[in-house]
Amino acid sequence: MTRLSLTVNGEAVSVDTEPRVSLADFLRDRLALKGTHLGCEHGACGACTVLLDGVPVRSCITLAASCEGAAVTTVEGFEDDAVVARLRAAFTEEHALQCGYCTPGMLATARDIVMRHTTPDIAAIRHELAGCICRCTGYRGIVRAVARVIAERAPVGAAPDGDCGPDAESP
Amino acid sequence: MKAPAFTFLRPASLDEALAALAAGEGEARILAGGQSLLPMLNLRMAAAETLIDIGGLTELGEIAEADGRVRIGARVTHAALEDGVGGDRWNGMLVFVARDIAYRAVRNRGTIGGSLCHADPAADWPVAMMALGATMQIAGPDGRRELDSEAFSLDVFSCALEEGEMLTAVSLPRLSPAARWSYRKMRKKAGAFGEAIAAVVHDPESGLVRVVAGSSPLGGPARHADLEASIAAGAPVEDAAIRRSLAAREPDLDRYEMQIHATCLRRAITEVMR
Repeated sequence: MTRLSLTVNGEAVSVDTEPRVSLADFLRDRLALKGTHLGCEHGACGACTVLLDGVPVRSCITLAASCEGAAVTTVEGFEDDAVVARLRAAFTEEHALQCGYCTPGMLATARDIVMRHTTPDIAAIRHELAGCICRCTGYRGIVRAVARVIAERAPVGAAPDGDCGPDAESP
Repeated sequence: MKAPAFTFLRPASLDEALAALAAGEGEARILAGGQSLLPMLNLRMAAAETLIDIGGLTELGEIAEADGRVRIGARVTHAALEDGVGGDRWNGMLVFVARDIAYRAVRNRGTIGGSLCHADPAADWPVAMMALGATMQIAGPDGRRELDSEAFSLDVFSCALEEGEMLTAVSLPRLSPAARWSYRKMRKKAGAFGEAIAAVVHDPESGLVRVVAGSSPLGGPARHADLEASIAAGAPVEDAAIRRSLAAREPDLDRYEMQIHATCLRRAITEVMR
C-alpha cells in the first residue's frame, strides 16, 4: 500500500492504495464516484475518460499511483463547468444520448474537442470522437451536439470557461 | 482484467531511475505513459515485479535544438507533438503522424519514447523516426550511448536496449523547407493500429532519402534501399519494383498483405516525387 494524495473534483483526497489499482477503480471503488464507467478496460471504448490536469485520459489504463499531486475531474465534477453546461443542453436538444453508458466519457472528450477547435468541422469532430464508442445513438446526435457548442462559442472568441484546469485552446 | 501486484517507484531523477532499473535485475520495467504496457499487464501478456514511473523526470519531457539536430525527450507525449509544442521543424510530418495515433485521451498519456521501446510492429513512431534518420539516446549503468534507429529496432516487441538501460531522448535532423515527405497507413478505423505503414522522406538539401515500411506481417520498420536509390536518382518507381522489394524482405506475404503494403508504399512514393 502507498499513500496517494491528489485532488478529485476540487477536493483534496489522501487515501492508501495498492500500486496496481487503475485510476478508474480508485475513483469508483475507493471514492464511490460511479459516474466513471468501465467498458472495455483496455483503452479502446472511451467510457472511462476523465480529465487529468484538465485534459482527457483513459482512467482504465492510467494507474492511480501515477496521479500523485494531480487534479482529476470526473463527470460528477462538471456541475459548475460552463462548457459542460452548454454540452449538456446540446446533448439534450440533439438527442445525443440514450442509455447513457458512454456519456461521462463523451462529455469529457467533447469538452476537450470544444476547447481545442474553433470551427465546427464535422470530419474533425468525427476523427476526435473515434475513440469513444456509443452503441445507441449512431453518433449523429453526438456530433451535432459538439458542433453546435463549437459554433455557439466561436463568435465570442472562445472566451475562457470552466474550472477544470489549464485551457488547451488550439494553437 | 487487473495487473498482478508490483512494486511502484516514482524516481525524482534519471540517476534514481537507473539505480532502480539496476536493482530490479531485469524484473523492473520503465513506465512512461503506460498506454500499451498497462493493458498488457492487465491482460497478463507482460510481467514486471517493479514499475518505475518516469512521469516525474522533467528533463525527459523537453524538446531542444542543438547543432542542427532536435532532441525530443523520451516522455514527450503524442499530444504535445500533435500540437507542435517546441516548434515544427519537419514540414508538418510529426504533427501529421501524431494526430493519427490512437485517440486524444491516449495521446495525452502515451509517449514517443514508450512507443519506440515497446516496439509494437504496428506502431507509428518507429517507422516515422527511421524515415527521418533519428538516433536514439540511451542511458545505462555504463554511461550514455547513441544508436541509429536501424540498430535500435531489432524485431517485433524487441529493441536494442540492454538490461539496465533506458531511452532518454531521440535526436533527429530538421528537414529543409524543400524537403518532401509522405506517411501512409492502412487501418480499419481512425485510431486503430495500421495494418500497413509506409513513410517516405526526401530532403534534397541534406541528401536524406528514406523509404520505410512496417507493420504486421512485415514486422518492425525497415528501409527499402533499392527504392531509395530510385528516388535519389529521380527515376520513376514502378509498382513491380515495389512488390519485388517487399517480397525480397518478406517472401510469405499473401495477396492481401502484398496489396496493402504495396499500395501504401506506392502512394507515399508518388506523393513525394510529385
